[in-house]
Amino acid sequence: MTSLYDEVAPTPPSNVPTRRITVSVNGEPRTLDVEPRLLLAHMLRQGLKLTGTHTGCDTTNCGACTVLFDGRPIKSCTMLAVQADGHEVETVEGLASASELHPIQEGFKQEHGLHCGFCTPGMMLAAKALLEKNNNPTEDEVRWALSGNLCRCTGYQNIVKSVLWAAEKMRAESN
Amino acid sequence: MALDEIKIGGLGASRRRVEDNRFIRGKGQYVDDIVLPGMLHMEILRSPVAHARIKSIDVSAAWEIPGVRLVLTGEMMAARNLAWMPTLSYDTQAVLATDKVRFQGQEVAAVIADDPYIAKDACQAIVVEYEMLPVIVNPDQAKASDAPLIRDDKENQPTNKIFDWEIGDKAGTDKAFAEADKISKIELHYPRSHPSPLESCGSIADFNRATGKLTVYMTTQAPHIIRAAVAMVAELPEHMIRIVSPDLGGGFGNKVPVYPGYVISILASILTERPVKWIEDKSGNLISTGFGRDVYLEGEMALRKDGKILGVRMHTISDHGAFYADAQPSKFKIGLMHSAFACYDIPAAHLTATGYYTNKAPGGVAYRCSFRVTEAMFFQERMVQAAADDLGIDQAEFRRMNFVKDDMFPYRTAFGFLTDSGQYAKCLDIGLEAIGYKNFKAEQEEARKRGRLLGIGISTMTEPLGAGNSREYDIIGIKMFDSAELRVHMTGKALLRTGAKSQGQGHETTWAQIVAHELGIPAEDVVVEEGDTDTAPFGMGTYASRSTPVAGAAVAMVSRKIRAKARKIAAHLLEVSEEDIEWELGRFYVRSNQERGVTIQDCAMAAYSNVPDGLEPGLENNAYYDPPNLTWPFAAYLAKVEIDPETGVWDVLKMVAVDDCGVRINPMIVEGQIMGGLTEAYAMASMQYITFDEEGNCIGSNFMDYLLPTAWETPGFELHEVVTPCPHHPIGAKGIGECATVGGPAAFVNAVMNAIHHTGVRNVDMPLMPNRVYEAIQTGKDISGMPPVRSGN
Amino acid sequence: MYPSRFGYESPKSVAEAVALLDQFGGEAKVLAGGQSLVPMLKLRFAAPEMLIDINNIDGLRYHRVDPDGSIHIGALCRHEDLEFSDVIAKSQPTIAAAAHLVADPIVRTRGTFVGSVCHADPQGDWAAAMIALDGRIVAQGPKGKREIAMKNFVSGPFQNALAFNELAVEAIIPAPKGVARGGYLKLERRVGDFATASVAVSLDMVGDTIARAGIALAGVGGHTIDATEAASVLVGKTLTAESIAAAATAVAAAADPRTDHRGSSDYKRHIVETFVSRILTGIANTSQKAA
Repeated sequence: MTSLYDEVAPTPPSNVPTRRITVSVNGEPRTLDVEPRLLLAHMLRQGLKLTGTHTGCDTTNCGACTVLFDGRPIKSCTMLAVQADGHEVETVEGLASASELHPIQEGFKQEHGLHCGFCTPGMMLAAKALLEKNNNPTEDEVRWALSGNLCRCTGYQNIVKSVLWAAEKMRAESN
Repeated sequence: MALDEIKIGGLGASRRRVEDNRFIRGKGQYVDDIVLPGMLHMEILRSPVAHARIKSIDVSAAWEIPGVRLVLTGEMMAARNLAWMPTLSYDTQAVLATDKVRFQGQEVAAVIADDPYIAKDACQAIVVEYEMLPVIVNPDQAKASDAPLIRDDKENQPTNKIFDWEIGDKAGTDKAFAEADKISKIELHYPRSHPSPLESCGSIADFNRATGKLTVYMTTQAPHIIRAAVAMVAELPEHMIRIVSPDLGGGFGNKVPVYPGYVISILASILTERPVKWIEDKSGNLISTGFGRDVYLEGEMALRKDGKILGVRMHTISDHGAFYADAQPSKFKIGLMHSAFACYDIPAAHLTATGYYTNKAPGGVAYRCSFRVTEAMFFQERMVQAAADDLGIDQAEFRRMNFVKDDMFPYRTAFGFLTDSGQYAKCLDIGLEAIGYKNFKAEQEEARKRGRLLGIGISTMTEPLGAGNSREYDIIGIKMFDSAELRVHMTGKALLRTGAKSQGQGHETTWAQIVAHELGIPAEDVVVEEGDTDTAPFGMGTYASRSTPVAGAAVAMVSRKIRAKARKIAAHLLEVSEEDIEWELGRFYVRSNQERGVTIQDCAMAAYSNVPDGLEPGLENNAYYDPPNLTWPFAAYLAKVEIDPETGVWDVLKMVAVDDCGVRINPMIVEGQIMGGLTEAYAMASMQYITFDEEGNCIGSNFMDYLLPTAWETPGFELHEVVTPCPHHPIGAKGIGECATVGGPAAFVNAVMNAIHHTGVRNVDMPLMPNRVYEAIQTGKDISGMPPVRSGN
Repeated sequence: MYPSRFGYESPKSVAEAVALLDQFGGEAKVLAGGQSLVPMLKLRFAAPEMLIDINNIDGLRYHRVDPDGSIHIGALCRHEDLEFSDVIAKSQPTIAAAAHLVADPIVRTRGTFVGSVCHADPQGDWAAAMIALDGRIVAQGPKGKREIAMKNFVSGPFQNALAFNELAVEAIIPAPKGVARGGYLKLERRVGDFATASVAVSLDMVGDTIARAGIALAGVGGHTIDATEAASVLVGKTLTAESIAAAATAVAAAADPRTDHRGSSDYKRHIVETFVSRILTGIANTSQKAA
């Protein structure tokens, strides 16, 4: 059993209590020893090297760190890693299969839904959660569902188009 | 047969972006994603107060925390001559405070530890004793006779004034005002804003004592400038410094300057002999790094009663914070403020500018604009609207009447710029048609009768993008040209490197399109690299919309050098003389027999396998491009709004943008840039600003208070295009990244002012928050946004 | 961005959680949705010795309408459970109107109704809604359960009436006398902004007559404002232009706003008046349509 967080903090003071947790990340069980104060976002980024989850703000506003937690989108900077024990987490790295992109990923590329790419993983996961509940959203429904995620580059219009593109493709695939 | 340019991803192709392949998989590599062996983590302790003398700093408790490796204070920096550093405007800035803190958020100490949590614990354990001093948060306070002196560290700085500066024709302007039928006046404040890219600033400094080499991974838009600055500040030889700017999570001008955190992380790595990572938190980014704007205007326009503008006077008063750290061409103290009114045919203009120190963060960066051009165009378009209103002339007609006409180019503006091309009236007309201007006055009248407030606002402007030329534009003496280096491999695939640095603009995609256009090598066969000073040719970086005008031109020019050499090889392969050869996209052929030809790929192979006698082997080159002039894109932005008179809340009913940025390399990316810019324009007009209370506390130190619009508030945009090629740019392109941010705010503000024109209100300072709009409607009075913000009842 | 050290326990039952609270004697904080607490930990505005995470206690994520018409919301009911709830949409208009205005959609998947009420943020939505609804909080301590009326629950800014060793396990919204009508309006400059002013209105209507009127305000005072006394001018009346205006004026007078960068105290008071009027007019209009 590995103590993954220890890889980045090679000399944690030995008197600091850690807890052993097992989290399913992108379908794979991962076991780590974590300090209670470690944020889930940091566990993913530093402990598991899944750096696609970004941290953009300190105040639970920007949504760059959005991941799916038991299928629902959460801001992973606002949850403790210990709280993920026994739960399922999906990150951007889990979206594509080995051979093909998820339609949401394709949509973002086709409709130019990203510039710098920093907000993109969070946006795509928030979009995935929306499309799982509603496979034919209106533009307003997409804007509303993404209103917990900030983007500084695109002006959102193309993000909305990207999600609608993906929705259409996903509907076509499910028919 | 010539190739189909669109099919090979050349000019005009809305090619899907290459960089997306990693970003959509979460495989981008931003600074915080990089982990080096043995890396330590740094956190900065910042001042909680805006102006105070440091009486003592006790770091002993911080040292005792297990996992702490180093604690740095100003005193320790000073011992190494690093307590102060030069700014990009020939001032100095404290790296870690030694004597006083001069703004809330100033860097006071730094802790380097095994992990960032521990570093933060140790920062909290540092005890600093402050002796409070009076605080200055606006220029009025700064110039008061009894104002405390902020920069008592400087010799010859008896007051808080930084500069007086002027440009233009004073005598001619005075004459115009003497002859005017009417003088229109307005006072405006462009509030302090912050670029706030989602990714904050950060660095990983890695000093290798054995080799003497310093590598710094850093969030910078201008890696080569940073290398030069580090060489000067840290007194390290330039060839032993490597700056790497990996993927950037946005920049918008915020990542141009040198920040204390970078310098401290470098010293920390030298002292610990370990890599040291510093990742700024959002609050640190918002309260301490380069802000934009914070300029006041006293504007006057001399008018003839038929609507002709005879002259313009502008006096700007700028608030630079505690250190004059504007990132701008050195010659101009208030950036390119004098680019105002460039699209109008005005005989005389005069600008005076005064800058002040205040107890606020330093910066004055070109936030998604070309050095104060955002303020210039906002002031211009607000003054134009006020003048049209004062004369009782229709706002569109007034603009059209005063535009520089299509046949007047090249045109020397009243402030001395040379504009070269444009179809201003055509752009405006397209916009008017799209927004439904023709019947609007009746619609507005009718709506007002039913208690609804509608307004249309117009903003038209041409702005100078793409500094140099190098005669006039330099930053701390370094001339503002740019560069490209192209290597064509033997199989016809290519590697292109430039001195620019993408932060989301899509250079990896568009630069390859320029190569495809010039050489016929499919864009997908060209890989683009930027940001590593050990490999990229020297360049000034990406800001001020200068990538396409300058580095993009260099890409075209280096491609042409490659083509010229390939022509010699083609002549050799075709066994004819060079003069008998013609070029079509991707192929040379014999003039007399078009069937007989060789492709660029054939030439590439021959360059490494069958070189004619007397010709150097290989097919690579570089180009340094010093533009003959700035580029002058034009835009007409029109917003239609409705105000809820009971609450002051306003909604955008329609937003139309007509952009003429010359030839578009990748229309999809151009439109993406415009929509991003319009959103920042909407943000500044509606909610996004930083202000301060009486004690100098920053209101806007996190995303709870510093409001960025979400997908929900942001309006939809309707885009139109006009193409007037730039006459001097190799492919006819002009800058575009910033036009909408620059020209957009005035469209929204003018729309709201248009909707409440009947109340007699001439101005509400941005952001037009509901309370300000409501108060203006109720009182019929202008609303000032000058800090400090009101508090208490 | 990095919280201070704290201990962490994740009890599996309410009894265990209460025992832990009792054991740590006020040095422990309860972690439910964490959407206010974790940011405060990160900014180090809060540094408790111990966090007691109640997310692993089964049976607390529910909301239901009992046969008597009262609504019961468990301690782990997330904001989005209410936002997407058919039961709430049908039976409780104040909650339905407010649910989609709480924070932002991602925060709503995690944050809890009861936690938000306990947080007692003067700008918070749910404490205001619960006061307007005349709700109660069920607190469980070492010696058993007690119910605390909302009007006594919020005791100040970020302060509630729970003892250190009590856990809020449920919120109860009493059954309406007649039909529950109501609404919620918030002036925010963008999604997730703190309220410049919010108004929660709850009316129990028997026919056209108002049997009970509850109004509470957020963002316009040092704590959540209970304007029920002001709203009492509506009791026994029908909704007419006159009664609406009288209520709006009275409620606005109950607000105690402070001038800041969101607006002057006069402006905020005016927004309260406008929103009360708009909510009541909306109710009057839909009643008419129904009739």
